[in-house]
Amino acid sequence: MKSKILQDLLTARDAKAETVLITNVDTGAQSLVVDGTASGDIEITEDVSAAMDIVIADDKGKTVDIDGNRLFLRAFNPPKRLIIVGAVHIAQPLVPMARLAGFDTIVVDPRSAWATPERFPDVTLDARWPDEALRALDPDAGTAIVALTHDPKLDDPALTVALRSKAFYIGALGGQKSAGKRRERLSDEGFTDADFARIHGPVGLDIGAVSPAEIALSIMGEITQILHRYKLKQAA
Amino acid sequence: MTEQTVPQEIPTDHDDILRQAALWKALNHGVALATVVTTWGSSPRPVGSQLAIKDDGAFIGSVSGGCIEGAVVGEGLAAIKDGETRLLNFGVTDEMAWEVGLACGGKVEVFVERVE
Repeated sequence: MKSKILQDLLTARDAKAETVLITNVDTGAQSLVVDGTASGDIEITEDVSAAMDIVIADDKGKTVDIDGNRLFLRAFNPPKRLIIVGAVHIAQPLVPMARLAGFDTIVVDPRSAWATPERFPDVTLDARWPDEALRALDPDAGTAIVALTHDPKLDDPALTVALRSKAFYIGALGGQKSAGKRRERLSDEGFTDADFARIHGPVGLDIGAVSPAEIALSIMGEITQILHRYKLKQAA
Repeated sequence: MTEQTVPQEIPTDHDDILRQAALWKALNHGVALATVVTTWGSSPRPVGSQLAIKDDGAFIGSVSGGCIEGAVVGEGLAAIKDGETRLLNFGVTDEMAWEVGLACGGKVEVFVERVE
């Protein structure tokens, strides 16, 4: 690997760009593709481009045979994100757990008494109202969103934006009763049953969690399960 | 290989491994990168797992649960010397897997390259 490719790859990672490294495993030739712009010795043919789309979608590596060349393609996607709405007790253990699992984490809460650096050291705190914050954060298919305030004034605007995004996971505190009330409150927003079905609630896997840390663990478990559901389906 | 040869704190994050490789290179060390490019069966580490090797034998990352790291580091040191890339094949035997406590009998292919 040329030092320049290594440096460019690290720069692209810092810039959170969608990056693919392509290596001919027989010759050692390489190309780096950053946000669709290629540099290096391997030509990006249509077949290579199609293989790139697959590794980007799967966020992993794959060896393919193209025109007699064995190419290893490795996607370096931007980090997954977890947006936590509500600087509540559960959010405190959830932040470090999410970080360990490789998520960039943001805590959204306009209530300054809750969202303090003392309670949430080393994490991005966003004090905007949840709908404004979420619109600005622009959740993509690599984003998980959990609404933990248990307060419709804050959870509803967050979920309204979340449901219009491609977020791969949307979770909210509260059981079926709260979900029913939420549907009534959001009835004017034009959401379908399928939209509401995207909301995981009660949030988290049913592991009998009681303490905030246990609930955080169940949430992280559910996010992980949904993230890998494609693989789980394939294995089944 | 036994478990003792595996560092206790293995950074698994790609960025850490690549960053360490870039740092070693910037300090004028010879550096090689090893990457798992294909797996068959239940291999211990997924495709894309990486190991960075410094010219004094120090390494960071992992390409298996510890069974093949020794051999890969050796090939990495050879690549640092001659500049040739290498494509290594390992069958992770049940016996070796047992040694490191892995219930696997998979196979892995590892690409080794020098950082130029």
